[in-house]
Amino acid sequence: MTTLERNPATTGVRRPGNGSDPGPGPDRGHRHAYWAVVDCWNITRRTLTHYQRQPAAILWQLGFPILSLLLYGYVFGSAMMVPGGGDYREFLMPGMFAMTMAMGFMNTAVAVVTDASKGVVDRFRSMPMVPSAFASGRGAADLVVSAAELTILAVTALLIGWRADGGLMGALGAFGLLLLLRFSLIWVGVWLGLLVPTPEAAGGLYAVAFPLTMISSTFVSPSLMPDWLGFVAAWNPISSTATATRELFGNPVAGGGTWVEEHAVLMAVVWPLVITLVFLPLAVRRFQRLSR
Amino acid sequence: MSASAYAVLAEGVVKRYKGRKEKGGGKRALDGFDLAVRPGTVHGLLGPNGAGKTTAVRVLATLLRYDAGRAEVAGIDVAREPRRVRSRIGLTGQYAAVDEGLTGRQNLEMFGRLFHLGNRRARQRAGELLDRFDLTEAADKAAKEYSGGMRRRLDLASSMILQPDVLFLDEPTTGLDPRGRGEVWEAVRALVAGGTTVLLTTQYLDEADRLASHITVIDRGRAIADDTPDALKNRVGGDRIEVVAADPGDLEAVAWAVDRVAGGGLVVTDTPARRVHAQVADRVAALTEVARSLQGDGIAVEDIGLRRPSLDDVFLRLTGHGTTENHDAPEVAA
Repeated sequence: MTTLERNPATTGVRRPGNGSDPGPGPDRGHRHAYWAVVDCWNITRRTLTHYQRQPAAILWQLGFPILSLLLYGYVFGSAMMVPGGGDYREFLMPGMFAMTMAMGFMNTAVAVVTDASKGVVDRFRSMPMVPSAFASGRGAADLVVSAAELTILAVTALLIGWRADGGLMGALGAFGLLLLLRFSLIWVGVWLGLLVPTPEAAGGLYAVAFPLTMISSTFVSPSLMPDWLGFVAAWNPISSTATATRELFGNPVAGGGTWVEEHAVLMAVVWPLVITLVFLPLAVRRFQRLSR
Repeated sequence: MSASAYAVLAEGVVKRYKGRKEKGGGKRALDGFDLAVRPGTVHGLLGPNGAGKTTAVRVLATLLRYDAGRAEVAGIDVAREPRRVRSRIGLTGQYAAVDEGLTGRQNLEMFGRLFHLGNRRARQRAGELLDRFDLTEAADKAAKEYSGGMRRRLDLASSMILQPDVLFLDEPTTGLDPRGRGEVWEAVRALVAGGTTVLLTTQYLDEADRLASHITVIDRGRAIADDTPDALKNRVGGDRIEVVAADPGDLEAVAWAVDRVAGGGLVVTDTPARRVHAQVADRVAALTEVARSLQGDGIAVEDIGLRRPSLDDVFLRLTGHGTTENHDAPEVAA
């Protein structure tokens, strides 16, 4: 390798001996784990810097849920009936939280496909960083942003009269379940982001995602829908999270008495685990297939 | 580690794409590809679309696994130790792969941290590179506000964070205006002066002619020629005389006049362009002779001149088609 020696005056940087060049042999053990965490944090930081530069982006993402809050809460709100009694706006808010988390997979997918189509993913893959950091950093940043979104939505909801009567533990549990749903959908987003060719194509996913989130207990109790539709809506993972958070916040639940509605908290844990178990390996496989 | 006299070495590399047909599934994108790049040089990799240029670069830059053969970059085996290769290379692809939502400085600092420089060193290195690539003034503007040339320079700077041994440039000036191309060329020359080896793929043969000291021509996944630009041009043959007739009706008479100096060589008549050309041994004598005889016959000429073979001629001769044509396109007479 003597042929690759160069004039020291022009050498801007000495290669750090701290893991960029892992040395001969396979990378292994705690050193790999250390860089997996550091690289993940650097990718997380990158996404958070985007929001720091353009804080309005977060409000832009929240435009739809906030608009829905106001539309459904005030325009349709008084005409809406909650089976079993209770205020419609109290019923609606947890549904909106769950829907916002559910639609969050679109943000992940669009961010990933943008990186992939602009060559940023290739650049990362040609660098000595830990490959998993691309997805783990993306996911960590998305969770932080989602927590911020939930906070803004909750404050908005409090301002227009929503109240959580389930106590502090209930509220924390509810927010935990909401973020768990969002976590599981990160992998759906990464998978789709690596599957579709362009950001424009990813935008088209809204057409599919929107009805999927509507056929749930977000806006209306499934017990008010035609039987078959109500069945689908009740088994929708978003419904489980929405119903579970209604219980935990102490808001009207309006359940139809089916098994899945009676065990909403359990299902709000099971569904995200199932989604993660299916889509995390799919996303990893998709990422690995980039080199085939 | 095997010591190597070459910065990049490929021997009999085969790459078959799996997966769906529309992405070229089943096809051998590389079919026994050989390449040897000497350290400290710019090596051009030329070929028609679909010949395997980009696949070759992606294999060597560890982005694609290959199916057979051997590849080494900076003396390190690409298949066995991709991560070590990654700390020795830079890659600038057809798109300027920078984060458009971040400023130039934030991009370089982020990439520096991902190259494991640590916060302080990454910040310092970003400052040096902004300076070197003449981006200091725009350092704190978002990359999406940059011009094409600036963005490509930022991309190059990102590839240079670790002062790589080998820099892969995959069509670095595609889509740039002449000014942007000039900016990139200047940056590439400066990098090579600093000791970096560059493997350049390009669609622009004049770009290869300007930058590369060595050229490999690739076609259907194989290297079909490998030499200096001058040697490749000499292989195609000597100078040419070219006459463009003012009147299409005179083409035959022009061809006769050219034939007299062509020494029995092939005289090519390009009717739509009203052009006749042929290879000549004695350039000045041929030019004088043809001009005199055309003038004597009273034939009006729009243009007459001598031409050195260009890399385009080399390319046509070697591959039977131009840079932008497909394999199934009809052969072009050379």
